[in-house]
Amino acid sequence: MQALYAQLLVGLINGSFYALLSLGLAVIFGMLNIINFAHGALYMMGAFCAYFLLNGLGLNYWYALIISPLAVGLFGILLERTLLRWLTGLDHLYGLLLTFGIALIIQGVFQNYFGSSGLPYAIPSQLQGGVNLGFMFLPIYRGWVVIFSLAVCLATWYLIERTRLGAYLRAATENPALVRAFGINVPRMITLTYGLGIGLAALAGVLSAPINQVRPLMGADLIIVVFAVVVIGGMGSIMGSVITGFTLGVVEGLTKYFYPEASNTVVFVLMVLVLLVKPAGLTGRTT
Amino acid sequence: MSVITDNTKLGQSRSLRDEMIVFVAMTALLAIVPFTGLYPFFVMQGLCFALFACAFNLLIGYGGLLSFGHAMFLGTAGYFTAHALKEWGVTPELGIVVGTAGAFALAVLTGLVAIRRQGIYFAMITLALSQLVFFIYLQTPFTHGEDGIQGIPQGTLFGLFDLSKPTVLYYVILVGFLIGFLIVFRAINSPFGEVLKSIRENEQRAISLGYKADQYKLLAYILSGTLSGFAGSLKVFVAQNASLTDVHWTMSGEIVLMTLVGGLGTVFGPVVGAFVIVAMQQYLAGFGQWVTVIQGVIFVVCVLTFRRGIVGEIAAYFKRSL
Repeated sequence: MQALYAQLLVGLINGSFYALLSLGLAVIFGMLNIINFAHGALYMMGAFCAYFLLNGLGLNYWYALIISPLAVGLFGILLERTLLRWLTGLDHLYGLLLTFGIALIIQGVFQNYFGSSGLPYAIPSQLQGGVNLGFMFLPIYRGWVVIFSLAVCLATWYLIERTRLGAYLRAATENPALVRAFGINVPRMITLTYGLGIGLAALAGVLSAPINQVRPLMGADLIIVVFAVVVIGGMGSIMGSVITGFTLGVVEGLTKYFYPEASNTVVFVLMVLVLLVKPAGLTGRTT
Repeated sequence: MSVITDNTKLGQSRSLRDEMIVFVAMTALLAIVPFTGLYPFFVMQGLCFALFACAFNLLIGYGGLLSFGHAMFLGTAGYFTAHALKEWGVTPELGIVVGTAGAFALAVLTGLVAIRRQGIYFAMITLALSQLVFFIYLQTPFTHGEDGIQGIPQGTLFGLFDLSKPTVLYYVILVGFLIGFLIVFRAINSPFGEVLKSIRENEQRAISLGYKADQYKLLAYILSGTLSGFAGSLKVFVAQNASLTDVHWTMSGEIVLMTLVGGLGTVFGPVVGAFVIVAMQQYLAGFGQWVTVIQGVIFVVCVLTFRRGIVGEIAAYFKRSL
């Protein structure tokens, strides 16, 4: 049973990364009509940023948790202002191709300087060790990742669904021209939305750095799984992305325990099944 | 619904004549390659990728469907052909049939799933499906995992053509490429191709005119996947191995890049794009990971400023259809 709980925990952790990343993808898609292929690369940049802060400037994990999403988010804003902006009015698919190119550039540069092996990032001293819950041993850092990610997801949900800014955002997603006519600066909102989505990805990167090591390709395979998560959950609702992300992480964890050979593929198989039964995705609207 | 390609066809009869002239010129050029001292291995590799890109272009350029998982067909056919040749000891022609049939079966299976969603979702689904296929090949024993299938015997095609001779192999690959190219060319210019293009332009309207859009898209997908498989089978005779690189998503990305550089929705663009990218990889092989960076830069530049591609720009300049 110990092993089962351990795998469930790993599943929840992966699920929190899926949730943070698919959340960002959904928000960005809503505003920019772009599927951000560079999301995995920017997640990796978040982890590397934490690594640089620690080893270059001596700033620890807690600083990284704030600085890294801001720095990578700013980089994202730069990308949006200089490159993505030119895609307005073009087919969605060009956005996918452009961000795929950006992902190749970022990953290639990091691979040149850091190879493909992982760089270690220590768990912060306050979160080391674990507690015995009776039925299982819980490493504190892992528990922290799950709870913190959940809190961030809920905060994002609150921001978008319950605040005035979120209301503007949702309105601009539905009809940008009309919202602009009301005197709201939609292009600036688009830029900030992209920054927000990227910030979430970078945050996931920082959280994963002590668990998965810091590697140039850490986001490359992850983003494909996240795409499958997005296809399953649909991009219609924020809560839908979060719940789907966590659920699929848990399902993956369970598969690792009961049938390890299929743990790599289970999300994709589920995607096929969902497409056959409910082509629009679990929460999505038809496109 | 906007349209992925800026390249549109002009008047039918004149464009068909132009395309025929270019086709004859291309065939003549390719036929004299063995006498020019060009490295035949390079050209053969280029031909395989050119066929792969043409098959891919059928789907995106004329069907408007961006598949981000086309490597699964190339890789599947490669593995099937390699396995049949090496383990079962079949003749080359049978090996090609086995590989292409494998890609056909995979195209039918994945097509039924993938065409359930459109646009951006179609791209994500095909990418996820190809990743599924990748992990299956990583784990099944017959692919030999990371090592791949190596040292594949080339054999004698139809009992007549000894494929271990470079010149013979070159012409066999060339004929294979031309057959595949003509199938794509015929499909584009057939009533089927016209309906496909109308679905790309306005799917709702095509449906309202009584065309079953899903069936046309599925058929285009299967044709494209099968021909990609044919390219993968031919490639086995050139490279004499089948490995995981051919199923990986980076390969799917490369074929998108080749088609984009040459010109989406042009007849000859994919061929030009394939040779440009293969040549680039050849010459920049010493730069390691910078090749990835350069490919990324080409993607960005093409999408932002060069969406017609090389052949598309030439065609637009001369106001012809190529």
